Amino acid sequence: MTDTIKHLSTLLAEGKASSVELCQDYLGRIERLNPALNAFITVDAEKTLTEAAAADTRRASGQAGPLTGVPIAHKDIFCAEGWLTTCGSKMLSNFVSPYDAHVIEQFKAAGMPCLGKTNMDEFAMGSSNETSYYGPVRNPWDTDRVPGGSSGGSAAAVAGRLAPAATGTDTGGSIRQPAALTGITGLKPTYGVVSRYGMIAFASSLDQAGPMARTAEDCALLLNVMSGFDARDSTSLERAKEDYARDLMQPLAGLKIGLPLEFFGEGLTGDTARAVEEAIALLKKLGAQPVAVSLPNSKLSVAAYYVLAPAEASSNLSRFDGVRYGYRTPDYRDLTDLYEKTRAEGFGSEVKRRIMIGAYVLSHGYYDAYYLQAQKLRRLIAQDFVEAFRQCDVILGPTAPTTAFKLGEKTADPVEMYLSDIYTIAVNLAGLPGMSLPCGFDAQGLPIGLQLIGDYFAEARMLNAAHQYQLASGWHTRAPTL
Amino acid sequence: MSLSLQDVQRIAHLARIRVDETEAAGYQAQLNGIFGLIEEMQAVDTTGILPMSHAQDLSQRLRADVISEPDRRVAFQAVAPQVENGLYLVPKVIE
Repeated sequence: MTDTIKHLSTLLAEGKASSVELCQDYLGRIERLNPALNAFITVDAEKTLTEAAAADTRRASGQAGPLTGVPIAHKDIFCAEGWLTTCGSKMLSNFVSPYDAHVIEQFKAAGMPCLGKTNMDEFAMGSSNETSYYGPVRNPWDTDRVPGGSSGGSAAAVAGRLAPAATGTDTGGSIRQPAALTGITGLKPTYGVVSRYGMIAFASSLDQAGPMARTAEDCALLLNVMSGFDARDSTSLERAKEDYARDLMQPLAGLKIGLPLEFFGEGLTGDTARAVEEAIALLKKLGAQPVAVSLPNSKLSVAAYYVLAPAEASSNLSRFDGVRYGYRTPDYRDLTDLYEKTRAEGFGSEVKRRIMIGAYVLSHGYYDAYYLQAQKLRRLIAQDFVEAFRQCDVILGPTAPTTAFKLGEKTADPVEMYLSDIYTIAVNLAGLPGMSLPCGFDAQGLPIGLQLIGDYFAEARMLNAAHQYQLASGWHTRAPTL
Repeated sequence: MSLSLQDVQRIAHLARIRVDETEAAGYQAQLNGIFGLIEEMQAVDTTGILPMSHAQDLSQRLRADVISEPDRRVAFQAVAPQVENGLYLVPKVIE
Protein backbone atom coordinates (compact mmCIF):
# COMPACT_ATOMS: atom_id res chain seq x y z
CA MET A 1 0.00 0.00 0.00
CA THR A 2 1.40 3.36 -1.00
CA ASP A 3 -0.72 5.62 1.14
CA THR A 4 -0.27 4.34 4.67
CA ILE A 5 1.36 6.71 7.10
CA LYS A 6 4.02 4.03 7.60
CA HIS A 7 4.87 4.27 3.90
CA LEU A 8 4.65 8.09 3.81
CA SER A 9 7.02 8.35 6.77
CA THR A 10 9.53 6.16 4.87
CA LEU A 11 9.26 8.39 1.78
CA LEU A 12 9.98 11.43 3.96
CA ALA A 13 12.85 9.75 5.78
CA GLU A 14 14.46 8.69 2.48
CA GLY A 15 14.04 12.17 1.03
CA LYS A 16 11.77 10.88 -1.77
CA ALA A 17 9.03 13.35 -0.87
CA SER A 18 8.67 16.49 1.20
CA SER A 19 5.86 17.25 3.60
CA VAL A 20 4.86 20.21 1.41
CA GLU A 21 4.52 17.88 -1.61
CA LEU A 22 2.47 15.34 0.34
CA CYS A 23 0.19 18.05 1.72
CA GLN A 24 -0.26 19.58 -1.74
CA ASP A 25 -1.31 16.16 -3.10
CA TYR A 26 -3.90 15.65 -0.35
CA LEU A 27 -5.16 19.26 -0.55
CA GLY A 28 -5.64 18.71 -4.29
CA ARG A 29 -7.68 15.57 -3.65
CA ILE A 30 -9.72 17.41 -1.02
CA GLU A 31 -10.43 20.24 -3.45
CA ARG A 32 -11.52 17.77 -6.11
CA LEU A 33 -13.49 15.26 -4.02
CA ASN A 34 -14.77 17.11 -0.96
CA PRO A 35 -17.69 18.79 -2.78
CA ALA A 36 -19.18 15.31 -3.36
CA LEU A 37 -18.30 13.82 0.05
CA ASN A 38 -18.60 16.82 2.42
CA ALA A 39 -16.03 15.17 4.68
CA PHE A 40 -14.40 18.45 5.73
CA ILE A 41 -15.97 21.45 7.45
CA THR A 42 -12.82 23.60 7.31
CA VAL A 43 -9.83 23.45 4.97
CA ASP A 44 -7.11 26.09 5.13
CA ALA A 45 -4.38 25.30 2.59
CA GLU A 46 -2.17 28.15 3.71
CA LYS A 47 -2.12 26.98 7.34
CA THR A 48 -1.50 23.38 6.27
CA LEU A 49 1.38 24.31 3.96
CA THR A 50 2.97 26.53 6.61
CA GLU A 51 2.95 23.59 9.02
CA ALA A 52 4.30 21.32 6.26
CA ALA A 53 7.14 23.72 5.48
CA ALA A 54 8.02 23.83 9.19
CA ALA A 55 8.08 20.02 9.23
CA ASP A 56 10.43 19.97 6.24
CA THR A 57 12.73 22.50 7.97
CA ARG A 58 12.68 20.35 11.11
CA ARG A 59 13.62 17.27 9.11
CA ALA A 60 16.43 19.16 7.33
CA SER A 61 17.87 20.13 10.70
CA GLY A 62 17.91 16.49 11.83
CA GLN A 63 15.17 16.97 14.44
CA ALA A 64 12.46 14.83 12.81
CA GLY A 65 10.47 12.26 14.74
CA PRO A 66 9.09 9.10 13.08
CA LEU A 67 5.96 10.82 11.72
CA THR A 68 7.23 14.38 11.19
CA GLY A 69 5.76 15.75 7.97
CA VAL A 70 2.98 13.14 7.62
CA PRO A 71 -0.34 15.02 7.35
CA ILE A 72 -3.46 14.17 9.34
CA ALA A 73 -7.05 15.48 9.48
CA HIS A 74 -8.76 16.23 12.79
CA LYS A 75 -12.36 15.71 13.78
CA ASP A 76 -13.98 19.09 14.38
CA ILE A 77 -14.54 18.16 18.03
CA PHE A 78 -10.88 18.96 18.86
CA CYS A 79 -10.11 22.57 19.72
CA ALA A 80 -7.22 23.74 17.54
CA GLU A 81 -5.84 27.23 18.07
CA GLY A 82 -6.75 29.60 15.25
CA TRP A 83 -9.01 27.03 13.53
CA LEU A 84 -12.78 27.24 13.38
CA THR A 85 -13.92 24.48 15.77
CA THR A 86 -17.65 23.83 15.32
CA CYS A 87 -18.36 20.34 16.71
CA GLY A 88 -20.78 20.11 13.76
CA SER A 89 -23.12 22.63 15.39
CA LYS A 90 -24.61 26.03 14.63
CA MET A 91 -23.93 26.71 18.31
CA LEU A 92 -20.17 26.86 17.60
CA SER A 93 -20.38 27.98 13.97
CA ASN A 94 -18.44 31.16 14.86
CA PHE A 95 -16.00 29.63 17.37
CA VAL A 96 -12.34 30.04 16.46
CA SER A 97 -10.58 28.17 19.23
CA PRO A 98 -8.14 30.21 21.34
CA TYR A 99 -6.29 27.05 22.47
CA ASP A 100 -5.20 23.54 21.46
CA ALA A 101 -6.60 20.26 22.74
CA HIS A 102 -3.96 17.94 24.23
CA VAL A 103 -4.38 15.63 21.22
CA ILE A 104 -3.66 18.56 18.87
CA GLU A 105 -0.61 19.57 20.95
CA GLN A 106 0.71 16.00 20.65
CA PHE A 107 0.34 15.94 16.85
CA LYS A 108 1.94 19.38 16.59
CA ALA A 109 4.84 18.22 18.75
CA ALA A 110 5.24 15.21 16.43
CA GLY A 111 5.37 17.65 13.49
CA MET A 112 2.27 16.34 11.72
CA PRO A 113 0.53 19.06 9.65
CA CYS A 114 -3.26 19.43 9.96
CA LEU A 115 -5.09 18.89 6.65
CA GLY A 116 -8.33 20.36 7.97
CA LYS A 117 -11.22 19.80 10.35
CA THR A 118 -13.60 16.97 9.51
CA ASN A 119 -17.38 16.91 9.51
CA MET A 120 -19.22 15.05 12.26
CA ASP A 121 -22.62 14.51 13.81
CA GLU A 122 -23.59 17.54 15.89
CA PHE A 123 -21.78 17.30 19.25
CA ALA A 124 -20.93 13.69 18.26
CA MET A 125 -24.57 12.64 18.68
CA GLY A 126 -25.48 10.38 15.79
CA SER A 127 -24.59 7.22 13.92
CA SER A 128 -24.88 8.43 10.32
CA ASN A 129 -23.36 11.93 10.19
CA GLU A 130 -26.77 13.28 9.21
CA THR A 131 -27.19 15.49 12.30
CA SER A 132 -24.34 17.85 11.31
CA TYR A 133 -25.26 21.52 10.89
CA TYR A 134 -22.89 21.42 7.90
CA GLY A 135 -24.88 18.75 6.08
CA PRO A 136 -24.45 15.00 5.80
CA VAL A 137 -21.20 13.31 4.83
CA ARG A 138 -21.45 10.82 1.98
CA ASN A 139 -19.89 7.38 1.92
CA PRO A 140 -17.08 7.16 -0.68
CA TRP A 141 -18.19 3.60 -1.56
CA ASP A 142 -21.67 4.81 -2.53
CA THR A 143 -22.49 8.49 -2.22
CA ASP A 144 -26.20 7.73 -1.69
CA ARG A 145 -25.23 6.11 1.58
CA VAL A 146 -24.07 7.36 5.00
CA PRO A 147 -20.50 6.90 6.25
CA GLY A 148 -21.71 6.13 9.79
CA GLY A 149 -21.09 8.46 12.68
CA SER A 150 -20.33 10.37 14.60
CA SER A 151 -16.77 10.49 13.17
CA GLY A 152 -18.21 10.21 9.65
CA GLY A 153 -16.13 12.99 8.10
CA SER A 154 -12.88 11.46 9.37
CA ALA A 155 -13.97 8.02 8.11
CA ALA A 156 -14.96 9.30 4.66
CA ALA A 157 -11.76 11.38 4.37
CA VAL A 158 -9.57 8.34 5.08
CA ALA A 159 -11.65 5.94 2.97
CA GLY A 160 -11.72 8.38 0.03
CA ARG A 161 -7.95 8.99 0.30
CA LEU A 162 -8.48 12.68 1.13
CA ALA A 163 -6.22 12.11 4.14
CA PRO A 164 -3.88 9.25 5.10
CA ALA A 165 -5.26 9.28 8.64
CA ALA A 166 -7.62 11.21 10.90
CA THR A 167 -8.56 11.54 14.52
CA GLY A 168 -11.94 10.46 15.84
CA THR A 169 -13.78 10.17 19.12
CA ASP A 170 -15.87 7.27 20.36
CA THR A 171 -18.57 7.58 23.04
CA GLY A 172 -20.78 4.67 21.95
CA GLY A 173 -19.11 3.49 18.74
CA SER A 174 -18.33 6.76 16.92
CA ILE A 175 -14.89 5.60 15.70
CA ARG A 176 -15.62 1.90 15.15
CA GLN A 177 -19.02 2.07 13.43
CA PRO A 178 -17.98 4.64 10.76
CA ALA A 179 -14.69 2.75 10.28
CA ALA A 180 -16.75 -0.38 9.57
CA LEU A 181 -19.13 1.39 7.20
CA THR A 182 -16.31 2.95 5.17
CA GLY A 183 -13.84 0.03 5.12
CA ILE A 184 -11.05 1.56 7.22
CA THR A 185 -9.34 0.69 10.51
CA GLY A 186 -10.26 2.64 13.64
CA LEU A 187 -9.35 2.22 17.29
CA LYS A 188 -10.89 3.38 20.55
CA PRO A 189 -8.33 3.09 23.37
CA THR A 190 -8.94 2.13 26.99
CA TYR A 191 -10.75 4.99 28.75
CA GLY A 192 -8.15 7.39 30.16
CA VAL A 193 -5.29 6.58 27.75
CA VAL A 194 -5.86 9.71 25.61
CA SER A 195 -6.50 13.06 27.30
CA ARG A 196 -9.91 14.65 26.83
CA TYR A 197 -8.54 18.18 27.39
CA GLY A 198 -9.82 20.43 24.61
CA MET A 199 -12.02 17.70 23.15
CA ILE A 200 -15.55 19.08 23.30
CA ALA A 201 -17.38 16.94 25.87
CA PHE A 202 -20.42 14.79 25.10
CA ALA A 203 -20.54 12.10 27.83
CA SER A 204 -17.40 12.53 29.89
CA SER A 205 -17.28 9.07 31.49
CA LEU A 206 -17.46 7.42 28.03
CA ASP A 207 -15.73 9.81 25.56
CA GLN A 208 -12.36 8.65 24.27
CA ALA A 209 -10.32 9.81 21.28
CA GLY A 210 -8.53 7.46 18.91
CA PRO A 211 -6.95 7.06 15.46
CA MET A 212 -8.65 6.24 12.15
CA ALA A 213 -6.40 5.04 9.35
CA ARG A 214 -5.84 2.38 6.68
CA THR A 215 -4.15 -0.24 8.81
CA ALA A 216 -3.75 -1.52 12.35
CA GLU A 217 -0.05 -0.67 12.12
CA ASP A 218 -0.89 2.97 11.32
CA CYS A 219 -3.31 3.05 14.25
CA ALA A 220 -0.52 1.81 16.55
CA LEU A 221 1.86 4.54 15.33
CA LEU A 222 -0.80 7.22 15.75
CA LEU A 223 -1.77 6.00 19.22
CA ASN A 224 1.89 6.34 20.18
CA VAL A 225 1.52 10.06 19.38
CA MET A 226 -1.95 10.66 20.86
CA SER A 227 -1.66 8.81 24.17
CA GLY A 228 -0.04 10.05 27.34
CA PHE A 229 -0.75 11.55 30.72
CA ASP A 230 -2.15 15.07 30.89
CA ALA A 231 -2.82 16.69 34.25
CA ARG A 232 -5.54 18.90 32.73
CA ASP A 233 -7.88 15.91 32.28
CA SER A 234 -8.82 14.60 35.72
CA THR A 235 -9.43 11.12 34.27
CA SER A 236 -6.16 10.94 32.32
CA LEU A 237 -4.23 7.91 33.57
CA GLU A 238 -0.71 8.24 34.93
CA ARG A 239 0.97 5.37 33.12
CA ALA A 240 4.38 4.96 31.54
CA LYS A 241 4.42 5.71 27.79
CA GLU A 242 4.23 2.48 25.83
CA ASP A 243 5.00 1.50 22.25
CA TYR A 244 1.72 0.21 20.85
CA ALA A 245 3.52 -1.23 17.81
CA ARG A 246 5.83 -3.44 19.86
CA ASP A 247 3.85 -6.69 19.46
CA LEU A 248 2.65 -6.30 15.87
CA MET A 249 4.87 -9.09 14.56
CA GLN A 250 4.13 -11.63 17.30
CA PRO A 251 2.72 -14.89 15.89
CA LEU A 252 -0.91 -15.62 16.82
CA ALA A 253 -0.28 -19.25 17.82
CA GLY A 254 -2.22 -19.92 20.99
CA LEU A 255 -4.08 -16.59 20.98
CA LYS A 256 -7.49 -17.22 22.53
CA ILE A 257 -10.25 -15.39 20.70
CA GLY A 258 -13.49 -15.05 22.62
CA LEU A 259 -16.69 -15.27 20.57
CA PRO A 260 -19.61 -13.89 22.60
CA LEU A 261 -22.77 -15.96 22.05
CA GLU A 262 -24.77 -12.74 22.16
CA PHE A 263 -22.92 -11.27 19.15
CA PHE A 264 -23.68 -14.25 16.94
CA GLY A 265 -27.42 -14.50 17.61
CA GLU A 266 -30.48 -13.70 15.55
CA GLY A 267 -29.42 -10.10 14.82
CA LEU A 268 -26.40 -11.20 12.80
CA THR A 269 -27.35 -12.24 9.31
CA GLY A 270 -26.38 -12.47 5.69
CA ASP A 271 -23.12 -11.12 4.38
CA THR A 272 -21.98 -9.69 7.72
CA ALA A 273 -22.34 -13.09 9.42
CA ARG A 274 -20.48 -14.78 6.55
CA ALA A 275 -17.62 -12.24 6.53
CA VAL A 276 -17.12 -12.50 10.30
CA GLU A 277 -17.12 -16.33 10.10
CA GLU A 278 -14.48 -16.15 7.35
CA ALA A 279 -12.35 -13.86 9.50
CA ILE A 280 -12.55 -16.37 12.36
CA ALA A 281 -11.50 -19.15 9.98
CA LEU A 282 -8.50 -17.13 8.80
CA LEU A 283 -7.42 -16.31 12.35
CA LYS A 284 -7.68 -20.04 13.18
CA LYS A 285 -5.36 -20.77 10.25
CA LEU A 286 -2.91 -18.29 11.79
CA GLY A 287 -2.94 -20.31 15.00
CA ALA A 288 -5.59 -18.53 17.04
CA GLN A 289 -8.01 -20.58 19.06
CA PRO A 290 -11.72 -19.62 19.23
CA VAL A 291 -13.36 -19.87 22.65
CA ALA A 292 -17.08 -19.45 23.35
CA VAL A 293 -17.76 -16.70 25.90
CA SER A 294 -20.90 -14.98 27.10
CA LEU A 295 -21.82 -11.36 27.75
CA PRO A 296 -25.34 -11.94 29.10
CA ASN A 297 -25.98 -8.32 30.07
CA SER A 298 -24.72 -6.75 26.85
CA LYS A 299 -28.28 -6.71 25.49
CA LEU A 300 -29.06 -4.03 28.09
CA SER A 301 -26.22 -1.77 26.99
CA VAL A 302 -28.22 0.35 24.52
CA ALA A 303 -30.89 1.07 27.16
CA ALA A 304 -28.34 1.92 29.88
CA TYR A 305 -26.35 4.05 27.43
CA TYR A 306 -29.39 6.13 26.44
CA VAL A 307 -29.80 7.08 30.09
CA LEU A 308 -26.16 7.67 31.02
CA ALA A 309 -24.92 9.45 27.88
CA PRO A 310 -27.85 11.92 27.67
CA ALA A 311 -27.60 12.58 31.42
CA GLU A 312 -23.92 13.50 31.10
CA ALA A 313 -24.62 15.43 27.89
CA SER A 314 -27.38 17.52 29.49
CA SER A 315 -24.88 18.59 32.11
CA ASN A 316 -21.94 19.12 29.70
CA LEU A 317 -23.97 21.07 27.14
CA SER A 318 -25.39 23.46 29.73
CA ARG A 319 -22.25 25.54 29.07
CA PHE A 320 -23.67 26.62 25.71
CA ASP A 321 -25.79 29.49 26.93
CA GLY A 322 -24.94 32.35 24.58
CA VAL A 323 -22.80 34.16 27.16
CA ARG A 324 -19.13 33.18 26.93
CA TYR A 325 -18.69 31.79 23.42
CA GLY A 326 -20.60 30.58 20.41
CA TYR A 327 -23.98 31.51 19.05
CA ARG A 328 -26.32 34.00 20.73
CA THR A 329 -29.90 34.62 19.57
CA PRO A 330 -30.24 38.11 18.08
CA ASP A 331 -33.54 38.80 19.80
CA TYR A 332 -34.24 38.33 23.53
CA ARG A 333 -36.21 39.87 26.38
CA ASP A 334 -34.44 38.74 29.55
CA LEU A 335 -31.81 36.24 30.66
CA THR A 336 -34.07 33.15 30.60
CA ASP A 337 -35.32 34.19 27.19
CA LEU A 338 -31.71 34.59 26.04
CA TYR A 339 -30.83 31.06 27.24
CA GLU A 340 -33.94 29.37 25.88
CA LYS A 341 -33.87 30.99 22.45
CA THR A 342 -30.09 30.65 22.03
CA ARG A 343 -30.33 26.93 22.76
CA ALA A 344 -33.49 26.42 20.69
CA GLU A 345 -31.85 28.08 17.67
CA GLY A 346 -28.27 26.89 18.22
CA PHE A 347 -28.88 23.15 18.74
CA GLY A 348 -30.31 20.70 16.20
CA SER A 349 -33.15 18.34 17.05
CA GLU A 350 -31.08 15.24 17.94
CA VAL A 351 -29.03 17.24 20.43
CA LYS A 352 -32.18 18.75 21.92
CA ARG A 353 -33.78 15.30 22.27
CA ARG A 354 -30.75 13.99 24.15
CA ILE A 355 -30.49 17.02 26.42
CA MET A 356 -34.17 16.63 27.27
CA ILE A 357 -33.82 12.90 28.02
CA GLY A 358 -30.87 13.75 30.25
CA ALA A 359 -32.70 16.53 32.05
CA TYR A 360 -35.63 14.18 32.67
CA VAL A 361 -33.67 11.17 33.99
CA LEU A 362 -31.77 13.43 36.38
CA SER A 363 -34.85 15.31 37.56
CA HIS A 364 -36.44 15.01 40.96
CA GLY A 365 -38.22 11.70 41.55
CA TYR A 366 -36.71 9.88 38.56
CA TYR A 367 -33.02 9.68 39.46
CA ASP A 368 -33.14 6.26 41.16
CA ALA A 369 -35.37 4.63 38.54
CA TYR A 370 -33.25 5.75 35.61
CA TYR A 371 -29.80 7.11 36.32
CA LEU A 372 -28.95 4.89 39.28
CA GLN A 373 -30.47 1.80 37.68
CA ALA A 374 -28.44 2.46 34.50
CA GLN A 375 -25.24 2.80 36.55
CA LYS A 376 -25.97 -0.57 38.18
CA LEU A 377 -26.47 -2.16 34.78
CA ARG A 378 -23.22 -0.59 33.69
CA ARG A 379 -21.46 -2.56 36.43
CA LEU A 380 -23.15 -5.82 35.35
CA ILE A 381 -22.13 -5.18 31.72
CA ALA A 382 -18.51 -4.44 32.74
CA GLN A 383 -18.36 -7.53 34.97
CA ASP A 384 -19.38 -9.73 32.04
CA PHE A 385 -16.23 -8.61 30.23
CA VAL A 386 -14.06 -9.30 33.30
CA GLU A 387 -15.45 -12.86 33.34
CA ALA A 388 -14.99 -13.27 29.58
CA PHE A 389 -11.35 -12.14 29.66
CA ARG A 390 -10.59 -14.92 32.18
CA GLN A 391 -11.09 -17.29 29.23
CA CYS A 392 -9.66 -15.36 26.28
CA ASP A 393 -7.13 -12.72 25.17
CA VAL A 394 -9.21 -10.81 22.64
CA ILE A 395 -12.97 -10.73 21.97
CA LEU A 396 -14.21 -10.78 18.38
CA GLY A 397 -17.52 -10.00 16.72
CA PRO A 398 -19.16 -7.77 14.14
CA THR A 399 -18.79 -3.98 14.49
CA ALA A 400 -22.23 -3.05 13.16
CA PRO A 401 -25.39 -5.05 12.44
CA THR A 402 -25.60 -3.79 8.84
CA THR A 403 -23.39 -2.25 6.16
CA ALA A 404 -23.81 1.42 5.18
CA PHE A 405 -27.48 2.41 4.90
CA LYS A 406 -29.04 5.00 2.62
CA LEU A 407 -29.20 8.68 3.57
CA GLY A 408 -32.53 9.38 5.23
CA GLU A 409 -33.26 5.69 5.83
CA LYS A 410 -33.14 5.89 9.63
CA THR A 411 -33.64 9.59 10.36
CA ALA A 412 -37.36 9.36 11.07
CA ASP A 413 -36.99 6.97 14.00
CA PRO A 414 -34.26 7.80 16.56
CA VAL A 415 -34.58 4.36 18.18
CA GLU A 416 -33.78 2.55 14.93
CA MET A 417 -30.71 4.76 14.50
CA TYR A 418 -29.59 4.04 18.08
CA LEU A 419 -29.57 0.29 17.34
CA SER A 420 -26.72 0.83 14.81
CA ASP A 421 -24.41 0.83 17.83
CA ILE A 422 -25.70 -2.36 19.43
CA TYR A 423 -22.30 -4.14 19.25
CA THR A 424 -20.12 -1.19 20.21
CA ILE A 425 -21.79 0.52 23.19
CA ALA A 426 -20.98 -2.12 25.84
CA VAL A 427 -17.26 -1.52 25.22
CA ASN A 428 -17.61 2.18 26.13
CA LEU A 429 -19.66 1.39 29.23
CA ALA A 430 -16.91 -0.98 30.41
CA GLY A 431 -14.13 1.45 29.34
CA LEU A 432 -12.30 -1.21 27.30
CA PRO A 433 -10.28 -0.74 24.10
CA GLY A 434 -11.95 -1.79 20.86
CA MET A 435 -11.29 -1.52 17.16
CA SER A 436 -12.87 -2.13 13.79
CA LEU A 437 -11.09 -3.43 10.69
CA PRO A 438 -12.32 -4.37 7.23
CA CYS A 439 -13.22 -8.07 6.81
CA GLY A 440 -15.07 -8.22 3.50
CA PHE A 441 -17.80 -6.76 1.34
CA ASP A 442 -21.51 -7.40 0.99
CA ALA A 443 -23.32 -8.24 -2.25
CA GLN A 444 -23.65 -4.53 -3.02
CA GLY A 445 -19.91 -3.94 -2.69
CA LEU A 446 -20.13 -2.21 0.68
CA PRO A 447 -17.44 -2.82 3.30
CA ILE A 448 -18.05 -4.97 6.40
CA GLY A 449 -16.30 -4.32 9.72
CA LEU A 450 -14.81 -6.82 12.16
CA GLN A 451 -14.68 -5.71 15.79
CA LEU A 452 -11.91 -6.71 18.18
CA ILE A 453 -12.19 -5.89 21.89
CA GLY A 454 -9.18 -6.00 24.17
CA ASP A 455 -8.81 -6.24 27.93
CA TYR A 456 -7.95 -3.02 29.80
CA PHE A 457 -4.64 -1.61 28.48
CA ALA A 458 -4.23 -4.55 26.08
CA GLU A 459 -4.22 -2.36 22.95
CA ALA A 460 -0.89 -3.84 21.84
CA ARG A 461 -2.30 -7.40 21.96
CA MET A 462 -5.42 -6.36 20.05
CA LEU A 463 -3.31 -4.52 17.44
CA ASN A 464 -1.11 -7.60 17.11
CA ALA A 465 -4.14 -9.73 16.18
CA ALA A 466 -5.42 -7.03 13.80
CA HIS A 467 -2.03 -6.58 12.09
CA GLN A 468 -1.49 -10.31 11.60
CA TYR A 469 -5.02 -10.57 10.18
CA GLN A 470 -4.28 -7.71 7.77
CA LEU A 471 -1.00 -9.31 6.66
CA ALA A 472 -2.97 -12.44 5.75
CA SER A 473 -6.08 -10.81 4.28
CA GLY A 474 -6.32 -8.01 1.76
CA TRP A 475 -9.58 -6.28 2.64
CA HIS A 476 -7.96 -3.17 4.10
CA THR A 477 -6.11 -2.48 0.82
CA ARG A 478 -9.33 -2.07 -1.22
CA ALA A 479 -10.21 1.51 -2.12
CA PRO A 480 -13.38 2.99 -3.58
CA THR A 481 -13.28 4.44 -7.11
CA LEU A 482 -13.84 8.18 -6.93
CA MET B 1 -44.38 5.32 31.11
CA SER B 2 -45.71 7.94 28.76
CA LEU B 3 -44.84 11.64 28.69
CA SER B 4 -47.64 14.18 28.31
CA LEU B 5 -47.28 17.40 26.35
CA GLN B 6 -47.06 19.15 29.70
CA ASP B 7 -44.16 16.89 30.72
CA VAL B 8 -42.36 17.75 27.48
CA GLN B 9 -42.74 21.48 28.18
CA ARG B 10 -41.53 21.01 31.77
CA ILE B 11 -38.43 19.08 30.61
CA ALA B 12 -37.74 21.65 27.89
CA HIS B 13 -37.83 24.40 30.49
CA LEU B 14 -35.52 22.42 32.80
CA ALA B 15 -33.13 22.13 29.84
CA ARG B 16 -33.59 25.83 28.96
CA ILE B 17 -34.67 25.04 25.42
CA ARG B 18 -37.66 26.90 23.95
CA VAL B 19 -40.11 24.42 22.42
CA ASP B 20 -43.25 25.65 20.70
CA GLU B 21 -46.52 23.70 20.58
CA THR B 22 -45.99 22.08 17.18
CA GLU B 23 -42.48 20.98 18.11
CA ALA B 24 -43.68 19.67 21.47
CA ALA B 25 -45.93 17.10 19.82
CA GLY B 26 -43.01 15.81 17.74
CA TYR B 27 -40.72 15.59 20.76
CA GLN B 28 -43.46 13.85 22.73
CA ALA B 29 -43.66 10.99 20.21
CA GLN B 30 -39.87 10.69 19.83
CA LEU B 31 -39.09 10.88 23.54
CA ASN B 32 -41.76 8.28 24.30
CA GLY B 33 -40.18 6.00 21.71
CA ILE B 34 -36.76 6.42 23.34
CA PHE B 35 -38.18 5.84 26.81
CA GLY B 36 -39.79 2.67 25.42
CA LEU B 37 -36.26 1.46 24.64
CA ILE B 38 -34.95 2.56 28.03
CA GLU B 39 -37.78 0.85 29.96
CA GLU B 40 -36.32 -2.62 29.36
CA MET B 41 -33.82 -1.74 32.09
CA GLN B 42 -36.54 -1.87 34.69
CA ALA B 43 -37.03 -5.63 34.33
CA VAL B 44 -33.56 -6.34 35.73
CA ASP B 45 -33.14 -7.02 39.44
CA THR B 46 -30.14 -4.97 40.54
CA THR B 47 -30.48 -5.44 44.30
CA GLY B 48 -27.07 -5.28 45.92
CA ILE B 49 -25.26 -4.10 42.76
CA LEU B 50 -22.99 -1.12 43.31
CA PRO B 51 -23.60 1.67 40.76
CA MET B 52 -20.68 2.21 38.37
CA SER B 53 -20.10 5.87 37.55
CA HIS B 54 -16.79 5.44 35.83
CA ALA B 55 -14.69 2.99 33.85
CA GLN B 56 -11.65 3.33 36.11
CA ASP B 57 -11.98 3.29 39.90
CA LEU B 58 -9.97 6.45 40.42
CA SER B 59 -9.84 8.94 43.21
CA GLN B 60 -9.71 12.61 42.38
CA ARG B 61 -6.17 13.80 41.77
CA LEU B 62 -5.17 16.86 43.81
CA ARG B 63 -2.60 19.49 42.95
CA ALA B 64 -0.78 22.20 44.86
CA ASP B 65 -2.80 25.38 45.33
CA VAL B 66 -0.67 27.53 43.06
CA ILE B 67 -1.46 29.64 40.01
CA SER B 68 -0.67 27.48 36.98
CA GLU B 69 -2.60 29.16 34.16
CA PRO B 70 -1.44 32.27 32.34
CA ASP B 71 -3.86 35.20 31.99
CA ARG B 72 -5.51 34.78 28.58
CA ARG B 73 -8.62 36.81 29.23
CA VAL B 74 -8.33 38.87 26.07
CA ALA B 75 -8.06 35.79 23.83
CA PHE B 76 -10.92 34.01 25.59
CA GLN B 77 -13.20 37.03 25.54
CA ALA B 78 -12.50 37.63 21.86
CA VAL B 79 -14.89 34.73 21.09
CA ALA B 80 -17.69 35.94 23.41
CA PRO B 81 -20.93 37.32 21.95
CA GLN B 82 -20.79 40.56 23.97
CA VAL B 83 -18.16 41.96 26.34
CA GLU B 84 -17.38 45.35 27.80
CA ASN B 85 -14.41 46.38 29.96
CA GLY B 86 -13.45 42.73 30.38
CA LEU B 87 -16.94 41.73 31.52
CA TYR B 88 -19.44 39.41 29.79
CA LEU B 89 -22.69 41.24 29.08
CA VAL B 90 -26.09 39.65 29.75
CA PRO B 91 -29.56 41.18 30.09
CA LYS B 92 -30.21 42.89 33.40
CA VAL B 93 -31.08 40.33 36.12
CA ILE B 94 -31.58 42.60 39.13
CA GLU B 95 -33.86 45.62 38.91
